[in-house]
Amino acid sequence: MALIEAAGLAIEFPLYHHNARSLKQRLLASSPLRLKQNEDNRIVVAALRDLSFTIGDGERVALVGPNGAGKTTLLRTVAGVYEPVAGSLRIEGEIGSLIDPAAGMDPLLTGRENVVLRSLYRGMTEAEGRALADEVAGFVGLAEFFDVPVRGYSAGMNVRLSFAMATAMAPAILLMDEWFLAGDADFMKRAEQRLARLVTDAEILLIATHDMGIVRKWCTRAIRLEGGRIIADGPVAEVLGPEDAT
Amino acid sequence: MLHAASPAREFDAAAPRRRERALEDLAGGFARWRLAWALARSDITHRYRGSVLGPFWLTISTGVMLTALGVLYAKLFRMDVTDYLPWLAVSLIIWNTLSQSVTDASASLTGAEGVIRQMPLPFTVHALRVVFRNAVVAAHNLPLIGVVFAVFGVAPSWTAVLALPGLVLLSVGVFAASIFLGMVCARFRDIPPIVGSVMQIAFFVSPVIWKPEMVGHWQPWLPINPFFAVMETVRAPLMGETGGIVVWLMAVLWTGALCGLAWVFFVRFRGRIAFWV
Repeated sequence: MALIEAAGLAIEFPLYHHNARSLKQRLLASSPLRLKQNEDNRIVVAALRDLSFTIGDGERVALVGPNGAGKTTLLRTVAGVYEPVAGSLRIEGEIGSLIDPAAGMDPLLTGRENVVLRSLYRGMTEAEGRALADEVAGFVGLAEFFDVPVRGYSAGMNVRLSFAMATAMAPAILLMDEWFLAGDADFMKRAEQRLARLVTDAEILLIATHDMGIVRKWCTRAIRLEGGRIIADGPVAEVLGPEDAT
Repeated sequence: MLHAASPAREFDAAAPRRRERALEDLAGGFARWRLAWALARSDITHRYRGSVLGPFWLTISTGVMLTALGVLYAKLFRMDVTDYLPWLAVSLIIWNTLSQSVTDASASLTGAEGVIRQMPLPFTVHALRVVFRNAVVAAHNLPLIGVVFAVFGVAPSWTAVLALPGLVLLSVGVFAASIFLGMVCARFRDIPPIVGSVMQIAFFVSPVIWKPEMVGHWQPWLPINPFFAVMETVRAPLMGETGGIVVWLMAVLWTGALCGLAWVFFVRFRGRIAFWV
């Protein structure tokens, strides 16, 4: 069972470490859309406002919307990085997150060592991590580069490694940000196969992207965010409109 | 592919259950001590990457400083070098450990910004990382005490065993400081420089290079200084004394107070850390 359930979810980023007073005067003089004052009279960015949705087993959901719509913030909130200021969030199932390929990666360690390190992040032992590294070696497609420090990797190689690591943990919920589309055609084909297998095991994929081709090919449902609110939620064809329109 | 058991996670802003979450954070962080250890170890090896002697530079620089200060201050204070230098060695090495740990504790969370903003991880791991990192540094410096003792023919007494509970007390203090200072310094960026100058002042007003008996009738009041109390629980045993009940009591009291403060802050503001760093 995997489930993401949000009700009235809101995230606000306080603007610390700025000259708050002059910012306040300037901003509140005009009528701001995303900026507001919270109860402590602090300027905050309303990143996500009153989101309610339920994502269940086997759903492959695309988060679409312009830059700054709150897609990545939503991914991070689901991952458990940010605590909501209002509303509630319920997650069932282990989360695998592909939000930043460099997160928790040590550039001076080899690909293999990084897999072990990531296993430690997940609370596994070193022995379990080494076993996982052998498994990852099988499908990461990096050949001899797997035993080279990550510093020497190309962006695409980094993506391959992160993707292989995240999916090897067999998460029930896989969160992905758009950067992972940096892979080449061969990688995209493998990724698609692996995702198909993950999702047929009745799990959730939540992906933030601007690539409508990916959305139509991989996803069953789309949520369109704008200004931190959900403005459309439904089957891909419904939210994006007919294929030739995009 | 194997499936992990599905853990459910729930967050409701109306009922944040902060205490429960803070406890979960501590339990989860201590369960991941291997990660904290691996990160601390790589912090040290990265710092000395490509260097021939590596972390032994720590030992060498402490050794050089000891020799220079020991000879000079023995002259200034008109004391016998053979008497003063072993005392200074113990003093200075413990003080360096303590002072570097406190400075390090200020950056425990801001230094881990990249991880905090990208993946959920118990904040306890970052505090443990600071404790382990400084323990590794201390492990490179503490043997110098043995060298100095051997050179000046000082025989350690059975009281040296008491230094172990002292070191445990120090570690607990550094852990609590990493949580408390880590949070305060993440929120208010003026605090780290303040911590730096407080530590510098503390170096001179605490008996590190001067001996406690030099202040005469003020000596009984010294344990009010938390740095002295904690430092003395390690130093006195190594110098063949017990330190006395007052020092130990004050050291435990100060460490307890710091832990209490850290706990209160941690429970109340844990959820805000990701927005602060």
